Amino acid sequence: MLRALLALMLTVTFVSTAHAQEGASPDREATGGAQTLEDIMARQRGEEVDNSFRSDATGDPDSAAGIASQLGTLGGASDPELWRALRFGTANITASNNSPTATTLIQDGGMGWLQFREGPLASYGGGLLIVTAALLAVFLMVRGRITIDGEKTGRTITRFKAVERFGHWLLAGSFILLGVTGLVSLFGRTVFIPVFGHEAFSYLAVGSKWIHNNVSWAFMLALAMIFVMWVIHNLPDRTDINWLLKGGGIFTNGHPPAKKFNAGQKLIFWSVIVLGTSISVSGLALLFPFEFNMFAPTFAKLNSFGISEALGLGTLRETLAPHEEMQYAQLWHAIVSFVLMAIILAHIYIGSVGMEGAYDAMGSGEVEEQWAREHHSIWAEEELAKDRKAPESATPAE
Amino acid sequence: MKAMLAAFVAIVVIAVGSNLYLSQAGFSSQDRATGPAVRLDN
Repeated sequence: MLRALLALMLTVTFVSTAHAQEGASPDREATGGAQTLEDIMARQRGEEVDNSFRSDATGDPDSAAGIASQLGTLGGASDPELWRALRFGTANITASNNSPTATTLIQDGGMGWLQFREGPLASYGGGLLIVTAALLAVFLMVRGRITIDGEKTGRTITRFKAVERFGHWLLAGSFILLGVTGLVSLFGRTVFIPVFGHEAFSYLAVGSKWIHNNVSWAFMLALAMIFVMWVIHNLPDRTDINWLLKGGGIFTNGHPPAKKFNAGQKLIFWSVIVLGTSISVSGLALLFPFEFNMFAPTFAKLNSFGISEALGLGTLRETLAPHEEMQYAQLWHAIVSFVLMAIILAHIYIGSVGMEGAYDAMGSGEVEEQWAREHHSIWAEEELAKDRKAPESATPAE
Repeated sequence: MKAMLAAFVAIVVIAVGSNLYLSQAGFSSQDRATGPAVRLDN
């Protein structure tokens, strides 16, 4: 009985002590304001540690130890102050190397970046692509190929001119090359090196980097091309609401009326334009490292508009080390690319195995008249009306 | 089909061209990071 009582008392004592420690602000009197063992332990446990008591404690001669005291050997500027300034990137450093990284001796974003890149980025990103491919396979099994319902006419309508198809394939070809080489770069250490070995992967990695860096220009050019050529056809209008309400007719037999591009295609178009532009800008930041910084100004804007607060991210850091700018650019580049890759998988599916007659639009540019009537009824009527108006002797345009 | 093949050829041409241009455009790490006091070539 006595032993049990003793155990209870000990438990209560420990619990109350632990509670008191959690609630109280850290007492750094014993270390003269420097970090305590508890600060170090908390950081090692991966907890958020407010570093402002250190980062703000630089450059103030009044806070330095007196010249006669034990730590006052440097007079007005103490050793700890110098180390703190180096630690938080505020020290006045000059270097013969002109790179912005040369004067940043300590940056602590690298480990977080590495862990995010190897962890959630690779697993969620790779998972997204696998799940998307699996869902498309299930959709094909359940729904089957979307066929042309009516009888084929044998006549065709020109859907895309040669320059439009050129722009599309410039974008598609470069995107696939960039996607594959990007995945090789991301999954090198975890997937490719264990399979092929270091030496073989080094050739793959060097080749992937060359392709990724240089093919990017074809992607950016093609992105500009398709924007100019197709933006007019992709502005939202009333037909889109009806099309979306009917789910594009994917699960039913009817086909909601559509112009040159239906609402689903418009969503693909704007995804490609918006996400592709974002990937291009972050890619340029990586291609010309440290030349322009995207994230510190973006974070400052998110803070000032209260968006970061609304999203529960708190106040984002507005001063970033040059390395951190690159780390964020790499992560953003990869995250947005994964999303676009998943969308494009669905686009490739519906443009090839998923729908009869769809590939012809980008293959030869000529689509079956019945296909056009079913999938783009308003556009098909306009095109056929144009043909009827043209004199019979006129040669059809290529 | 011709448009597709032309686009694929264009990708190769653009990639080779951009590599030739960019390697001389003064954006290599060596060009950007060194000052007059640093010699890497000799």
